[in-house]
Amino acid sequence: MEPITTFSGTCVALPIENIDTDQIIPARFLKATDKQGMGDNLFADWRYAANGQPNPDFPLNRPEAKGAQILVGGHNFGCGSSREHAPWALQGFGFRAVISTYFADIFRNNALKVGLLPIMVDPETHYQLVSMVEEDPTTPVTIDLEAQQVRLPDGQAISFPIDPFAKYCLVNGVDQLGFLQSQEAEIAAFEQQYGARINTGARG
Amino acid sequence: MTQPQTLFEKVWNRHLVRPQTADTPAVLYIDLHLVHEVTSPQAFTELRQRGLRVRRPDQTIATMDHSTPTTPRGLDGLIPVTDAQAAAQISQLERNCDEFGIPLYRLGSENQGIVHIVGPEQGLTQPGMTIVCGDSHTSTHGAFGALAFGIGTSEVAHVLATQCLLQSKPKTMAVRIDGRLHPGVTAKDIILAIIAKIGVGGGTGYVFEYMGEAIRALSMEERMTICNMSIEGGARAGMIAPDDTTFEYVAGRPRAPKGAAWERAVEQWRRLPTDEGATFDAEIRLDASALTPMITYGTNPGMGMPITSAIPNPGDFSDPSQRAALDKALNYMGLQPGQPLLGRPVDVVFLGSCTNSRISDLRVAANLMEGRKVAPNVRMMVVPGSQQVKRQAEAEGLDQIFRAAGAEWREAGCSMCIAMNGDQLQPGQYAVSTSNRNFEGRQGKGGRTFLASPLTAAATAINGVISDARELAS
Repeated sequence: MEPITTFSGTCVALPIENIDTDQIIPARFLKATDKQGMGDNLFADWRYAANGQPNPDFPLNRPEAKGAQILVGGHNFGCGSSREHAPWALQGFGFRAVISTYFADIFRNNALKVGLLPIMVDPETHYQLVSMVEEDPTTPVTIDLEAQQVRLPDGQAISFPIDPFAKYCLVNGVDQLGFLQSQEAEIAAFEQQYGARINTGARG
Repeated sequence: MTQPQTLFEKVWNRHLVRPQTADTPAVLYIDLHLVHEVTSPQAFTELRQRGLRVRRPDQTIATMDHSTPTTPRGLDGLIPVTDAQAAAQISQLERNCDEFGIPLYRLGSENQGIVHIVGPEQGLTQPGMTIVCGDSHTSTHGAFGALAFGIGTSEVAHVLATQCLLQSKPKTMAVRIDGRLHPGVTAKDIILAIIAKIGVGGGTGYVFEYMGEAIRALSMEERMTICNMSIEGGARAGMIAPDDTTFEYVAGRPRAPKGAAWERAVEQWRRLPTDEGATFDAEIRLDASALTPMITYGTNPGMGMPITSAIPNPGDFSDPSQRAALDKALNYMGLQPGQPLLGRPVDVVFLGSCTNSRISDLRVAANLMEGRKVAPNVRMMVVPGSQQVKRQAEAEGLDQIFRAAGAEWREAGCSMCIAMNGDQLQPGQYAVSTSNRNFEGRQGKGGRTFLASPLTAAATAINGVISDARELAS
């Protein structure tokens, strides 16, 4: 994975609470066997009218949303299913980070695995960011993963927490599966002493 | 003397290949990996690209459920798959399992069914295990005292390749349900009441342990209903300490230990319950005797209320974000604040899903429906959770009761719970569903879902309007 350090971009605000993964990408788009084209179906049922045309009122369809890299969502963003298609769809649209007051556990894990930054801020800061984006959607915002900061044009720097290991992997482009594979000796030793295990019926 | 430990801590500690440090998450060993067609293809692609094998095909099992149709079999005895994309996904899983040596319950075969029905049914799900699947309702298996949770596709690849996951230790919450349920109030009502109390984000960061008199009195199938919806309260996993009810359920199942191995296993399982004096990071309590049948009115499972109540008023909420969410939900649902739901017509009744499609769910509904008819304005779909549940129900004549009442008797699968398999609501339709999610469009674009118990679903199907089964039964 490409290392992630600092990037700047504009934001789109979607300050609805409990945005679930069925809204982020409806299940009917989960019949794919690859990751292609997920961005086209991001928020499909909110983004497109019944006739398939973009709904002009939906924040992602407004002209100023074009090229936005940061989504400011409402609290408990990404609740519901475990579908990794949700972060794939957000990335497919062009988002590199989602800011919220908190994230559903599985969504946060999935996002960190694929390099979509789940950035948690306190409710006051969240309110401030939503107001800022709604007043001037062209406001450039910088995200500095190394420093764990969201920086605004007025000089304000907002700190955010992130799992230290996920950060290490993202900043250095370290592959988590590769890391797990490097534990092979320990895994094998664990299995040796572990005793009776399930057998699902796989042939030898 | 060792520190008193919770059930969760015992299972967690037993599976640590490497404990968590300040810089690295724990390496957690996974006993059982359940695979289905929707969240696995990209993980197998990852393995191929890296030239990796599946480390433990003997601890991995695959079934087909999400995108599979539940339409009746053709004359050839096969379930027809007419959606080209679904067909491609199904055959991709077949190829992946063949290539990597993973046992697969193929569509329509004797053990096929919803992944969370099949695991327990086969005796694969056992106390003290770590169990994962690319599906959030993996929490179901926690009913056996297993640590079971949903993972994304990247993590599916991790487990396929290494049988391990990188995990940070979650916090624990005791969910204590004291007292006894009144007749007509069910496990589904308990979990809907819990979620209504804590909200859909209330369990974020936690593993629940359900405990108390009401939980101990539940059957395994009822416990599964409760643990299944832990994720709807935000908790990735929900657990119940194993006891004699658990052991009786597991005993004799195809993949359960036998003979001396069974005796040894039970002896170990008896040590799993939370020790006296162990502490939790949080605790909530509910009195089962105060519960009534529950139903949801909004667009997340936390928007639930007693079935006899009226829809709340957004004006009653002081938090503007909550007010806005309720406004949006009622607008989508086409409902007004202050309205009752009892007596409201519905178009569809769906009895099925990994929450409520086990044999006991079907028995409860059939018992109420015997000799009665589904109202003419209602389409009722009964979708058994697995081929085994289907055969059992047919052996008991339950299918005849449903058919005679005018309900559809379908093949096993996720069906209308996820609406990616041809079973779905039409825009604007209302459904009472025994499934787990009432999100916008969850059961079909524009469809509107009321979540409730199998008992409420059956009563509603008969009356054609949302009904309190306690009145029908008496």
